[in-house]
Amino acid sequence: MSETKKILKIEDLTVHYDTENGIVRAVNGINITLDHKEALGLVGETGAGKTTTALSMLRLIPDPPGRIVSGSIEIDGLDLMSKTESELEKIRGKDVAMIFQDPMTALNPVFPVGEQIAESIRIHEHVSYQEAMERANEMLEIVGIHRERAKDYPHQLSGGMKQRVVIAIALACHAKLLIADEPTTALDVTIQAQVLELIKEYRERYHTSLLMITHDLGIVAETCDRVAVMYAGNIVEQGTLRDVFNHTLHPYTEGLFASLPNINDRAARLNSIPGTVPDPTKIPDGCVFAPRCSYAADNCIKSPQRDNWVSESHMVRCSRYEEPSFKIIRGNAT
Amino acid sequence: MSPPILEVNNLCKHFKTKRGLLQAVDHVSFAVQKGSTLGVVGESGCGKSTVGRAILRLIEPSSGEVLFEGRDITKLNATQLRECRRDIQMIFQDPFASLDPRKTVSQIISEPLRLNKIARNKDDVEKQVLALMDTVGLARRWFNTYPHQMDGGRRQRIGIARALAVHPKLIVCDEPVSALDVSIQAQILNLLKDLQEQMGLTCIFITHDLSVVHHFSNEIAVMYLGRIVEKAPAEELFANPLHPYTRALLSAIPIPELTERKKRILLQGEITSPIDLPDTCRFHKRCYEAMDVCKGPEPALKEFSPGHFVSCYRCAAGKTK
Repeated sequence: MSETKKILKIEDLTVHYDTENGIVRAVNGINITLDHKEALGLVGETGAGKTTTALSMLRLIPDPPGRIVSGSIEIDGLDLMSKTESELEKIRGKDVAMIFQDPMTALNPVFPVGEQIAESIRIHEHVSYQEAMERANEMLEIVGIHRERAKDYPHQLSGGMKQRVVIAIALACHAKLLIADEPTTALDVTIQAQVLELIKEYRERYHTSLLMITHDLGIVAETCDRVAVMYAGNIVEQGTLRDVFNHTLHPYTEGLFASLPNINDRAARLNSIPGTVPDPTKIPDGCVFAPRCSYAADNCIKSPQRDNWVSESHMVRCSRYEEPSFKIIRGNAT
Repeated sequence: MSPPILEVNNLCKHFKTKRGLLQAVDHVSFAVQKGSTLGVVGESGCGKSTVGRAILRLIEPSSGEVLFEGRDITKLNATQLRECRRDIQMIFQDPFASLDPRKTVSQIISEPLRLNKIARNKDDVEKQVLALMDTVGLARRWFNTYPHQMDGGRRQRIGIARALAVHPKLIVCDEPVSALDVSIQAQILNLLKDLQEQMGLTCIFITHDLSVVHHFSNEIAVMYLGRIVEKAPAEELFANPLHPYTRALLSAIPIPELTERKKRILLQGEITSPIDLPDTCRFHKRCYEAMDVCKGPEPALKEFSPGHFVSCYRCAAGKTK
């Protein structure tokens, strides 16, 4: 790994939730790094631990029941784990900002949207109310909403416009790192295209780094440079887009691709992954994917998995690659 | 060709609102052949779910006819309608909201059996419920569990088993996989496809997801603001989309491949209000290819090439692309 300072460095992060039914092991020792100006896609299905990872990066895990059990998180050289709550408040929104999934609940229904954008500016910068409102109006125009709408309340805006306001709040202080948690899942596909374009234009202008959390591999292909695939609290594969899309290594990643209906090949039957995700309170000690994996060998479920870097950029967490001859079908084909 | 199993003619559903007349569905017509699948796609608010519900008369259509095997459903009385609904069933979008939380899996699946007096006695009910659970791939150990104990994929299988219980001929699927993760979505799509082939079912598949509808349908109708703007066989629609809206919709799908990116058509603005619509092309305000003639009266759905219908002045003038 190069020595240049990373915008984001997560090492061995483990997050648990204590529940009545036992300990939910949401995130189990993950490592993520992100360079300046880079975009990383974090992909996985419901319950994979994507959102927990994102919330950890802002130290927003509800505690209790959540606990960051171990690990370190550095954002632009700042060690988040040693910060106090008031120090964290200065970092959130200023150095790292988040776009939430559901624009309907992320906004405060009793304040006009312009004031909600101005609020985030006034928290981080010593500016007057008028100045903050003027900046808020400018932000609205950047995200493609007429400044007259600043006086509107969230319920007066459509879903797409609300998500634009959420983005304007996140971008208002020009954060260096943007975390987008399923930013377009609640939106229609043509509006999704508009919002993705907006994020892209903004990043080109301000050189913002991006962590894009999504379940949609198509969105990753269009917005990211690298991708990390999460399953049951583990990152099972990580690499550049070319590594993961064209030289897929992990059986779960292969299964995800095979599950998608192919626009170019209509008659094909979908190759679904059998079974369902493991109960997060009873995650196996060995490979978390082994119970659903068609390549699983006898000792997969027992042998602890570790990150196996097959090249400088490409990591796979699968012990079968210790056998020199092991290959999966998709990896072979391309 | 035999007469279609379902024929919808000039179906309208208008709601009177305080702000004016809301045309949720406006003069929608289509026909579905036995054993085939019609995909209905469109974005939120285009009226696709309303069409699905109006076919079963879960909402009363304002006007128009729905001919199922030649019989107009809109004119049936309550007894006849109940009988008719044995042949037409629905699978709902949200597997969390469409199942009664106080009933067990077996109670949910057996309800249509009892209501329609399909099973002879208690043993027969149990036998049929277990057979249905096998059909949809639900393990028998779930027989006495409640929906909240199960994940989304399994819940959707309950909904499918319940719909199949009365041996329907037509199933209206309203976004059956959009609440599910991709690996589970693939399981349910495969199941629906297998069942359709085995039982010769006719399907109306309502969804916002073009790649799903492409995978599943023989014919696709694209809706915008209550109207069908384009209708064509699935292969044809994807190979040769004509309406500017369809082309924008297709180009907006993010594709999970690292091949050459096609030029994306970004639509300006958002869907306009469906209240008090002017009598012009409903898309022309957002249309990136609008001409002067587009401000005229609304274009009719015309056959452009065999089987391929489109409602657009530009296409009619042969000026597409």
